[in-house]
Amino acid sequence: MALITCENVSLGYEGLTVAKDISFSIDQGDYLSVIGRNGSGKSTLLKALLRIKNPERGRVVYGDGLKQSEIGCLAQQTPVQKDFPASVFEVVLSGRAPKRGLMPFYSKADKKQALDKMELLGITNLKERCFRELSGGQQQRALLARAMCAAEKILFLDEPVTGLDPVVTTEFFNIINEMHKNGMTIVMVSHDIHCAVKYSGRIIHMDGGILFDGTVDEYKKSKIGAEFIGGHRHD
Amino acid sequence: MTDLFEYISVMFSYTFILRALIAGALVSLCAALLGVSLVLKKYSMIGDGLSHVGFGAIALATALNFAPMKFTVPVVIVAAVLLLRVSESSKIKGDSAIAMISTGALAVGILAASMTTGMNTDINSYLFGSILAMTKEDVVLSAVLSVVVIILFIVFYNKIFAVTFDENFAAATGTNVKAYNMLIAVLTSVTVVLGMRMMGALLISSLIIFPSLTAMRVCKKFKSVIFVSAVVSVLCFVVGLIISYIASTPTGATVVVLNIAVFLIFAAAGKIINK
Ligand SMILES: Nc1ncnc2c1ncn2[C@@H]1O[C@H](COP(=O)(O)OP(=O)(O)O)[C@@H](O)[C@H]1O
Ligand SMILES: [Mg+2]
Repeated sequence: MALITCENVSLGYEGLTVAKDISFSIDQGDYLSVIGRNGSGKSTLLKALLRIKNPERGRVVYGDGLKQSEIGCLAQQTPVQKDFPASVFEVVLSGRAPKRGLMPFYSKADKKQALDKMELLGITNLKERCFRELSGGQQQRALLARAMCAAEKILFLDEPVTGLDPVVTTEFFNIINEMHKNGMTIVMVSHDIHCAVKYSGRIIHMDGGILFDGTVDEYKKSKIGAEFIGGHRHD
Repeated sequence: MTDLFEYISVMFSYTFILRALIAGALVSLCAALLGVSLVLKKYSMIGDGLSHVGFGAIALATALNFAPMKFTVPVVIVAAVLLLRVSESSKIKGDSAIAMISTGALAVGILAASMTTGMNTDINSYLFGSILAMTKEDVVLSAVLSVVVIILFIVFYNKIFAVTFDENFAAATGTNVKAYNMLIAVLTSVTVVLGMRMMGALLISSLIIFPSLTAMRVCKKFKSVIFVSAVVSVLCFVVGLIISYIASTPTGATVVVLNIAVFLIFAAAGKIINK
């Protein structure tokens, strides 16, 4: 049994179908990159996998005992209001909220976890700062730390390196690699094909549906892969 | 100065004032706690809509000779559930739905009240509040319900933060967002009904909105916003009650005006701090 299985899923907004006939499964230990041009339905698919968006048709099934509270995620855009008062620590720590069940307060372990992730992402010094006053890159790292606090089995990332500078981006991929080595399943949406090919193990190429699903090597050899990688070469 | 203290101590020797003080302070505290979440979720209109429904229900209860609180609390809870449903489904339609429900309930309330009492003092006290309206049972009920609201708020504080800050993340990571939204709406209904007798149906929602907005002018942490708005709310109520006794002004309106004054002070302080 796979962690997550999509069975003939069609996705859309108010009757307008964005992607259809999507069937695939995510196994424990996968490092999957979902790629495709802007507007091809990647973020929508991710929402369906997180079960915060109902498919128009088909279904998304969780297996292997995967519980919703074992998921961590970083959305492409977090609609945080401009005047929301919250410190970075409060935001990161809220990643632990689902683990508490009906227990009212955070434990020492929860707080340590949050501090560790902040250390890992180099935002310890921002702990008491107001979230809304940070730069885009700093906010992104705080939200990533929150996602890492929440992720126990699987981590979903939607364009996670947007707004990060090249040095931090490399560091970020190293951290994700490390998590993957320690058994975390990674699902990353990206329109940066080069990073996807470089770091992940499996590629799903989307455009209104799944055009390709296979290993990175297979993708490089495929016609669509060769075109997409070639077409995106900047250097 | 000693005269003033004597005056105040005489004031609190009146049973009805003491009742108003206890019930009012507790309700102010609840309103401030819930208000932070409601304002941040852009649900403050729901509080306003609920107070109108509360007015309609209480007038109807009086007309039909029902026990006012026991009738009003469930009716307002049902209204809260409905209002939450419509505002979740679609933004613009939600706004007009709230307006429809609140004006509709207002009309029903006025009709019911005019048929029984002929639009006199009773309706005035429903709309604008009266500290004389608090019976002993009301105070006991207010105290019990306030304590329940406060305990639930503390127990679910972390979840309420998570759901208020980022609903999508909370849902994706397994928090039952709908249930917590419902919890907030139900607690708000109870608070609105409790506060309505004293503050008046037209003024109770300011108790929900003002303290949190005031705290947000200066605080940068969720926890400090909650704390400051609770303190501001209770202080404004107590001081407002004293002023209204001394100056013979309506309590509800006095408390609201005081809240506005404190808001302006905090807004100015916030401007200076953030410079
Ligand atoms: N909330 C929404 N309401 C209506 N249409 C949407 C919404 N979100 C996305 N879309 C549309 O769905 C399509 C796919 O969007 P998305 O999944 O965000 O693409 P990607 O992440 O691959 O760039 C786009 O055409 C977009 O305009
Ligand atoms: Mg996207």
